Amino acid sequence: MHRSTFYGVLAATALTAGAAGAATVDDVKERGKLNCGVSTGLTGFSAPNASGDWEGFDVAVCRAVAAAVLGDPNAVEFVPTTGKTRFTSLSSGEIDMLARNTTWTFSRDNDLKFEFAGVNYYDGQGFMVPTGLGVTSAKDLDGATVCVQTGTTTELNLADFFRKNNISYEPVPIETNAEALQQYTAGACDAYTTDASGLAANRATLENPSEHVILPEIISKEPLGPLVRHGDNEWGDIVRWTLNALIAAEEYGVTSANVADMASAPGDSPEINRMLGTEGNLGEMIGLDADWAANAIAAGGNYGELFAKNIGEDTPIGLSRGLNAQWTEGGLLYSPPFR
Amino acid sequence: MSDTHAQSVAYVRDTFIAEQAPPTREAGAVKWLRENLFSSIPYTILTLLALFVIWQLLSGFLPWLFGGVWTADSIRGCREVLDGARGGCFAVLTERWNQLLFGFSYPSSQYWRPTLALVLLFVAVAPVLFPDLPRKLLIVTLLYPFTAYWLIWGGTILVPLVALLGVVVGYVAFTYAERRGFAIGLLAAVAAAAVVWWMGGLAAENGQFLLRLTPVQSRDMGGFMLNMILGTVCVSLSLPFGILLALGRQSKLPIIKILCVAFIEFVRGVPLITLLFVANVVLAYFLPPGTNFDLILRVIIMITMFASAYIAEVIRGGLAALPRGQYEAADSLGLDYAQAMRLIILPQALKISIPGIVNVAVGLFKDTTLVSIISMFDVVGMIRGPILASTDWNGVYWELYGFAALLFFVTCYGISQYSQWLERKLATDNR
Repeated sequence: MHRSTFYGVLAATALTAGAAGAATVDDVKERGKLNCGVSTGLTGFSAPNASGDWEGFDVAVCRAVAAAVLGDPNAVEFVPTTGKTRFTSLSSGEIDMLARNTTWTFSRDNDLKFEFAGVNYYDGQGFMVPTGLGVTSAKDLDGATVCVQTGTTTELNLADFFRKNNISYEPVPIETNAEALQQYTAGACDAYTTDASGLAANRATLENPSEHVILPEIISKEPLGPLVRHGDNEWGDIVRWTLNALIAAEEYGVTSANVADMASAPGDSPEINRMLGTEGNLGEMIGLDADWAANAIAAGGNYGELFAKNIGEDTPIGLSRGLNAQWTEGGLLYSPPFR
Repeated sequence: MSDTHAQSVAYVRDTFIAEQAPPTREAGAVKWLRENLFSSIPYTILTLLALFVIWQLLSGFLPWLFGGVWTADSIRGCREVLDGARGGCFAVLTERWNQLLFGFSYPSSQYWRPTLALVLLFVAVAPVLFPDLPRKLLIVTLLYPFTAYWLIWGGTILVPLVALLGVVVGYVAFTYAERRGFAIGLLAAVAAAAVVWWMGGLAAENGQFLLRLTPVQSRDMGGFMLNMILGTVCVSLSLPFGILLALGRQSKLPIIKILCVAFIEFVRGVPLITLLFVANVVLAYFLPPGTNFDLILRVIIMITMFASAYIAEVIRGGLAALPRGQYEAADSLGLDYAQAMRLIILPQALKISIPGIVNVAVGLFKDTTLVSIISMFDVVGMIRGPILASTDWNGVYWELYGFAALLFFVTCYGISQYSQWLERKLATDNR
């Protein structure tokens, strides 16, 4: 530590700062570890378990990328970031990619000089109400009191939604999520609004989850996805196509259980063969081994498996697929072809 | 004489009455109650009101505390066991106590190391805190930082050993060169220590496996251990720096004075959280990519800077409170500046400053929880992040924060009790 620190300081004075290496993939391979930025803790998306291993939906994306590049889903150094430190960590090169339920917006993509590799979860703002209220649609909430966190986009979205539908409401401004939940359970407001995934996680912590319902209306777009720095397209492609491979694998029926089988010899489907590297040279094109996609899928399973394991209906969070279903099933997940 | 009035008085007592117990309402608990709690109608009302409030609090708190669930695998398990009854879900502490104390990535087979370091800490600070202990024990104190570093971070023992050797050689060089003047002595010490460290660095690289403990990265430190490391290191470093800054601010040499004033005023004018963000975020921009300047080290530097400035002002208060006669007395004895400070001024000034210093130390110790904002997992960071984010324990607030509060209260109350004992012991003035 001391010597490297010393040389680091020396080098800092000699070199210009921010000379981020152009080839992130080479850095990762040389290091033998992927530095992946995640949240310090978000239910279902990233959190260390009782034995200290990181788990969650965002964490699974990191592991898949590590498996694709290095062949080992555990070769990841998880760097916890807060909402305030995440972007500087990425742009300073401390982390190679950020998978931290970050909404893809115009300004983050262009002004902050990042590149979103795709969307791994389509979120949006929703409402939670007690079942006893007898409300089935957000449009029935005329005259309701709504708990909302202040200073967020949710507050603005809420105002827009009610104005658009020409109904009235009374906002109950709240500072934090925990406080909002307390107010909601105490009956200080009829409805609580925040991102739908957050609502589901909150609902799971309530004493009687079945007495509360999340209304079907989603009133804003929050596409969450992994992102990398601008200017390293090879690396961006690797992250993008790893995510696509997970999504395509679900579409084609490749799972963690059968991927080893399918990747051992060419099968009937040319698309699966190309993706798993038994046919063609897609691995070479992206600068990785031929079995990169097979490794990524074997790391934790395809998109559907990851969803079911971390945030799906059988978990306490109990999110339904909704927008996050495959395009063939009415959702938005659509991977470009592997060709 | 005695029977002079025998005719006019019906009865004259000629023996003493045996001592009687005072009336019930004038003795014992009843008297105390009457005088202190029910002496008048307003007092009685207030007493009853207070009793009611206490009853309300305890009737809520005690069943929660004693009816709590200690074994369950999740908050849902707790609720099943409780079945609507009132009680805390302390199972989260049973399952995650190690994460709260050591963070989630410190290897669990090595927990004995920080624990031992904590026990040794008490041994090491004892000779500093209690002047009655034999002075030779101070050697233990001097060895402690190196032992603790080796225990907590692991790796070969050569690294702390070389560091220690450098300090010793530097000290020896200083004592030899001091007679040529203080500055030359200091220069010789630094040069000698640097040579030893450089040579030792080479040796340590070759002897990687000598007495090797499993190395633990700084980023794997967490939990209350991290608060203790930051608190202990920063308080003990900021005290000497604070003294130097306070003396520098009173110095007659303009450059030193200006530097000290500027440093103190700048650091005191900036919130601690800003300095922490600088340590975490801004430094990453200035360092070339790939270099990982240890985050704990960065944070220690920033917190020490912050605390030094405050302690400097506290000590300056102590210096200012000393009567001018003390300075003049020192001068008239022919003592030079260093002697006067060491023997006369500082012992008195520091004694006056004890409450202020302890105040800063306690505040600083609690401020170490701010590092949770720059994504370090101290005890509050562990609670806010990983534990409350796990699907098992999301929703357990009081039990976790109560536990953290208990840890901090025990530590801070201990510090405060010690300082009061020290003040009583050092009270030589006549009040």
